[in-house]
Amino acid sequence: MLIYLPIAEVSVNAFVLLGLGGLVGVLSGMFGVGGGFLMTPLLFFIGIPPAVAVATEANQIVASSFSGVLAHLRRKTVDLKMGTVLLIGGLIGAALGVLVFNYLKALGQVDLLVRLCYVVFLGVIGALMFVESLNAIRRARAAGGKPTPRRKHRGWIHALPFKMRFRTSGLYISVIPPVLVGIVVGILAAIMGVGGGFIMVPAMIYLLGMPTKVVVGTSLFQIIFVTGFTTLLHATTNYTVDIVLAVLLLVGGVIGAQIGTRIGVKMKAEQLRILLAIMVLAVCGKLAADLLLMPTELYSLGRPGGGH
Amino acid sequence: MRIWLALLLLLIPPGAQAEEVVLGLSQEQVSITTRFEGSEIIIFGAVKREEPIPDGPELDVIITLVGPSEPVMVRRKANRFGIWINTDAVEVDAAPSFYAVASSGPLDQVLTAVEDLRHKISINRAIRSVGAPETISDTSSFTEALIRIRSENGLYQRLDDQVVVDQQTLFRTSISMPANLTEGDYAARIFLARGGAVLSQFETTIDVRKVGLERWLFTLSRQQPLVYGLMSLAIAIAAGWGASAAFRLLRNG
Repeated sequence: MLIYLPIAEVSVNAFVLLGLGGLVGVLSGMFGVGGGFLMTPLLFFIGIPPAVAVATEANQIVASSFSGVLAHLRRKTVDLKMGTVLLIGGLIGAALGVLVFNYLKALGQVDLLVRLCYVVFLGVIGALMFVESLNAIRRARAAGGKPTPRRKHRGWIHALPFKMRFRTSGLYISVIPPVLVGIVVGILAAIMGVGGGFIMVPAMIYLLGMPTKVVVGTSLFQIIFVTGFTTLLHATTNYTVDIVLAVLLLVGGVIGAQIGTRIGVKMKAEQLRILLAIMVLAVCGKLAADLLLMPTELYSLGRPGGGH
Repeated sequence: MRIWLALLLLLIPPGAQAEEVVLGLSQEQVSITTRFEGSEIIIFGAVKREEPIPDGPELDVIITLVGPSEPVMVRRKANRFGIWINTDAVEVDAAPSFYAVASSGPLDQVLTAVEDLRHKISINRAIRSVGAPETISDTSSFTEALIRIRSENGLYQRLDDQVVVDQQTLFRTSISMPANLTEGDYAARIFLARGGAVLSQFETTIDVRKVGLERWLFTLSRQQPLVYGLMSLAIAIAAGWGASAAFRLLRNG
């Protein structure tokens, strides 16, 4: 069944969209990731304009994170104070990101920016995950699984000014690192249409030293507001949020996530991670090939002036 | 049919031209809805004349259907630092968003180049490009790329031999319009030609509009973007929450 998307102005098969939403949903349920970083490139592959894919994906992330945040709030596993500090950074970052996005859109280079960001981030993260999970599997085989050493030195963070007490996390640290983390995540949300959990969660654990139990809830809390803000910025400056597309992806995604969670329980963590790493590297490889190989059509059409 | 034509002839005030077009359209409006998959328009009509069919070359009919013109930025990729990026760009001042030319024979035989130029019939004549940056010498390759890309997407069509003409009087053709249409007034022009020269022409418009939900969402997103953005968030949250709540109920109940 073909469906005409009013903002993207293309006809797409509705079942393909539901299926894509479902597939990424299954993966995000299995691996406990948001899935934005897989969904946005997949939308490029089926012919959605990158600007629409990024803005719509931000909208979808708000919705798919919403029930998660509620659950964490009920369990009191959200550090609201830390979340707010991260959020302030996130809002600044999102505004910066949309500015850069719109500037490059006017130059006709926004596709390149988005694709380059994806190749770099997916490549780095995929490779790191792949190596790490390979090592974990090897260790598990060799010595029945030793706990990996964690929390390296974070001395320099304690030397920074503007200290603040975060009771829920049991931390007394400067606000500069969390604001910076927030800014980076905000920029990524605006340019790549991702929640940024894959950057924020490791940063919170290893850089800020937050307890693991509040990390996911707090990052979801930040993500929901930053992606919400990004959605509004894209909607008001680029007119690229396609609600029909978002709802179709969402419905597929929610159902997929429920299925994925059950599959995830049955598999070993290392196997899951290596699978995810392979998938991330595959998407990265496809995007990189598009940039590196000579395209069959060298010319492309666009609107002059880049809209805004 | 002969009686019908005869009646028509009676109704016609004495015209200036010897051969004129009486036109019919299968639809005068194309509505882009959520389920829009493109549209096929049948353009048909008859030639009315007050004298017997003239001797000499057979009557040819050329039908064009033209969407609203708008400026287009054509960009070309080049290999820089190992990756393919957009480098050169040429702005085409006006290019129709849709263009179909159907003719009763091969277009270059049905129409002389002079007549084509005068009436702006073939696709190349409809594209206007004036100022290009001085750094780019091969401007024409950008215009060619525009025509090539739009032809591949079914937006530009050259339909030689696709107009059927019966006894030099009745004609019909069908033009299929793809799903990715631009809104606006589409001009349908019909030319009658003999021996490469245009004898008479007739023009009418077909309205292509988004309707219903499509119209509403599109207008809202452009005129009230903040409201649209907030609404998108609310709908998405409600849908996501609703779907997960429904799934939970389904599993528990």
